[in-house]
Amino acid sequence: MAIRRSMFHCAQLIRKSALASSSVPQTASTALKVQSAAVPIFQQRRWYADILNQHRDTPTNNSALAFEFTEKNMPKVNEIISHYPSNYKQSAVIPLLDLAQQQGNGHLTVQAMNKVAEMLEIAPMRVYEVATFYTMFNRTPVGKYHVMVCGTTPCMIRGSREIEAALAAHWGIKKGQTTPDGMFTLGEMECMGCCVNAPQITIADYTKGADGYTYNYYEDLTPESAIKIVDQLKKGETPKVGSQIRETCEPVGGLTTLLEPPPGPYCRDLSQA
Amino acid sequence: MFGRFSSAARTLTRASTSRVFVPPPQVVVGAKFFSSTPPPVDTITVTVDGSPVEIPKGSTVLHACETAGVEIPRFCYHQRLSIAGNCRMCLVEVEKAPKPVASCAMPAMPNMNIKTTTPLVKKAREGVMEFLLANHPLDCPICDQGGECDLQDQAMVFGSDRGRFVETKRGVEDKELGPLVKTVMTRCIHCTRCVRFAKEVAGVEDLGTTGRGRDTEIGTYVSKLFRSEMSGNVIDLCPVGALTSKPYAFTARSWELKKTESVDVSDALGSNILVDTKGTEVMRITPRLNEEINEEWISDKARFQYDGLKRQRIDVPMAKAAGGLAAVSWEEAFEKIAEAVSKASKDEIKGIAGKLADAESIVAMKDLLNRLGSGNHMCEGFPTLGADIRSSYLMNSSIVGVEDADAILLVGTNPRVEAPVLNARLRRACLSTGATVANVGSPLNLTFPVEELGMGAATLKELDAQSHPFFKTMKEAANPMIVVGAGLVGREDGLALLQTLHSLAEKTGVVGEGWNGFNMLHDSAGRVAGLDLGFLPSESAKKAAAKVVFLLNSDDFDEADVPADAFVVYVGSHGDKGATRADVILPGAAYTEKSSTYVNTEGRPQRTKAAVAPIGQARDDWTIVRALSEVLGASLPYDDLNAVRARLAEVAPHMERTTEVEPSTWLNGSTYAHIPAGTTSDAPFTSSVANFYMTDAVSRASVTMAKCTSTKLT
Repeated sequence: MAIRRSMFHCAQLIRKSALASSSVPQTASTALKVQSAAVPIFQQRRWYADILNQHRDTPTNNSALAFEFTEKNMPKVNEIISHYPSNYKQSAVIPLLDLAQQQGNGHLTVQAMNKVAEMLEIAPMRVYEVATFYTMFNRTPVGKYHVMVCGTTPCMIRGSREIEAALAAHWGIKKGQTTPDGMFTLGEMECMGCCVNAPQITIADYTKGADGYTYNYYEDLTPESAIKIVDQLKKGETPKVGSQIRETCEPVGGLTTLLEPPPGPYCRDLSQA
Repeated sequence: MFGRFSSAARTLTRASTSRVFVPPPQVVVGAKFFSSTPPPVDTITVTVDGSPVEIPKGSTVLHACETAGVEIPRFCYHQRLSIAGNCRMCLVEVEKAPKPVASCAMPAMPNMNIKTTTPLVKKAREGVMEFLLANHPLDCPICDQGGECDLQDQAMVFGSDRGRFVETKRGVEDKELGPLVKTVMTRCIHCTRCVRFAKEVAGVEDLGTTGRGRDTEIGTYVSKLFRSEMSGNVIDLCPVGALTSKPYAFTARSWELKKTESVDVSDALGSNILVDTKGTEVMRITPRLNEEINEEWISDKARFQYDGLKRQRIDVPMAKAAGGLAAVSWEEAFEKIAEAVSKASKDEIKGIAGKLADAESIVAMKDLLNRLGSGNHMCEGFPTLGADIRSSYLMNSSIVGVEDADAILLVGTNPRVEAPVLNARLRRACLSTGATVANVGSPLNLTFPVEELGMGAATLKELDAQSHPFFKTMKEAANPMIVVGAGLVGREDGLALLQTLHSLAEKTGVVGEGWNGFNMLHDSAGRVAGLDLGFLPSESAKKAAAKVVFLLNSDDFDEADVPADAFVVYVGSHGDKGATRADVILPGAAYTEKSSTYVNTEGRPQRTKAAVAPIGQARDDWTIVRALSEVLGASLPYDDLNAVRARLAEVAPHMERTTEVEPSTWLNGSTYAHIPAGTTSDAPFTSSVANFYMTDAVSRASVTMAKCTSTKLT
């Protein structure tokens, strides 16, 4: 019992200091604070994946249905398969699943997986394994725009949680849910590799099928600019892709170092070498 | 596996640092070859815990340790499956390696210094075990694997006595794989042995790993049953209690069971089995290692038909009375038979041996009939097959030899249902050594590519006339093979077809120097013994109309062989078709209740052992025949098992040398040369087995097999 109490005490201390040094706005951290205060750290609930790794038949998603790539997409299918040697056809599984997902408005159905397995002459199970392993394959339907907030440390430190909370509040949904009008699904992603422009969100656009499919990064966000971007999308406008406040990833306030030509020694004249 | 492992593992912990040098075992698969010098093998020398060991080049570190007599704990590694290297339990220290290495996946290099007793190794194993146990439920008391669980044993030997994991354990949904395999997926440690077995051995790629990280699951993703005839083997492979036997669930604990080494009779392979019994009941059947027959697999029928041993059993002698069959005493039953026999003369007394008839009872029945002056005895299933030449009815290449074949012609057989374990070998021959497999008969799904040549006799004649392209394939193959099914032999035109097949065998070089690829795949355990003992009708008997018929375990007899007015005596264990037809029923013992000889399809005699006593008044079949002989006034001259076996050896000397295969002589097609060519019918060739799960009296009585049939697992 003594150990438990002291552990609890430690947890309290850690939490207090964390809150004291926290610079996050008060509104966004309220939910967090309530939850962590109720559950002592050593019994904290584990988060489980919101997506099942077992298929459930639905009227639109079951093995009895047939899936065909559209005529428009067939050249793409053949192009993808042609990239791989005929005896290693199965290497095409990820790009084909991606194409099937684009065709299916962001939803990768089990019948699409079966079709890919059939095309690549592998057992359907081998395709299911791939589709369930990669979180970018959506085995549940998503909205027209799949909005994924980066959740990894640099973005989190720069305020990605606030962006997620703002989007959730703006749409009145939780993470993993889709807006009632079917426009947006709020999701999370791990590091997208542009930490220098953190925080950022990625939006997969399924409104124009496989041809007009885009997968864009919106960087250097604040809760307000994130909401502005999704509202623009809703109105059919095209928001600025990439950083919202600068060209690429140069310093925001202009250059602060290396302002003059660097002093010597210079490289020897190679023409004389 | 567990027993062997844990004792060795415990020895390991007591740790003697000096290891005995064990020379690498010589490979003697396939037994007696004429060459006495083993093929040269490149070897390398490595050091395991200070002692040098010599191992073949290309071996793994784990193999080196095993050769040195050091047992390495493992979960995912299995010698008959591909290497996964994902459980990390087999970590060992290798000098100059920066971190512990997974010994199952690491190739051994010359002069490698491997250490398995260092603190690093101990800590690594403890760490891996702690991770494995983090999400493993502690439900050993209610787990069927308890007592024979690799995880339990290795946790005791290599694990820590405490863990640091205080969070909630994960839960995983159970999967429905059918009536045989029970799943408790929360216990799964993701070794993927079942996945690899399904893919590599069974050839049914229905199992897989879905999800990632902590949410990884083993399953079928879509709701699907595990449709394999060998699915039960995943129960043995599973190192934890995730996959257990559904029929065996909660019926016994492994330490309560008495194990009896026996032989399976559900198909003609004679797979080696362990019969686990508790008291007077057979609780389960598991495979026993025999490299030359079944390796360590058995079919689902062999494994799960045991509940048929408790149902539909005949436990008292019975005789037909006014209101149907009624229980009588042995004396009364024998008197009724004696009365009927007295009215018949010589060849009018007939014996039919069935699928489950053992060699002892066949020889006793044959002796009895002969003493009564009758030569009218036959095996059910092949009305025209002769037994003069042994090579014409055996699997001459042997079961192991199947893997050496490079062109295989299947004729009227479906090995997947007739002998699933053999099918796994055919699959290996096809996929790993690239053998071409072709089929004449109804189209097959054998889990590997099969070239369909045609449906029946016409195609066979085309092959024989060298006008079919597959003739060339066979002719050019180094080791061509023909597998003839029982379905073909049982046909009316079987003899004519066999004649064509022999001619084809001659022309394509199926039989040559050091190779005989002419194989007959029988469909049941009792066939070959009957042929070996000459349990076939004499010329005069073929014309005789039987007045008394003895059905020796015979349930699938041809109606024409048992005249409607005949007095029928059934000797057997189950109330099946034979008993329904009988006037007198004499209760025999089932294969788990008697010590008897069965000869498998390659001509290998093997003996079952009595695991439990026969039920009720049932007796060993040969003793029934022996007792009856006295009443019929033709006493047989043997009173105990040794004496009847001596008689067996007199008639067929190879039956004394059990577990060995007596090579047969090939008579260059002259076997069939003297037979006038009959006409062949156009009916397509089919397998003799329509439903894998129900082929004989035992499996037909089994509830488990009935469930499998109704879920249409095939």
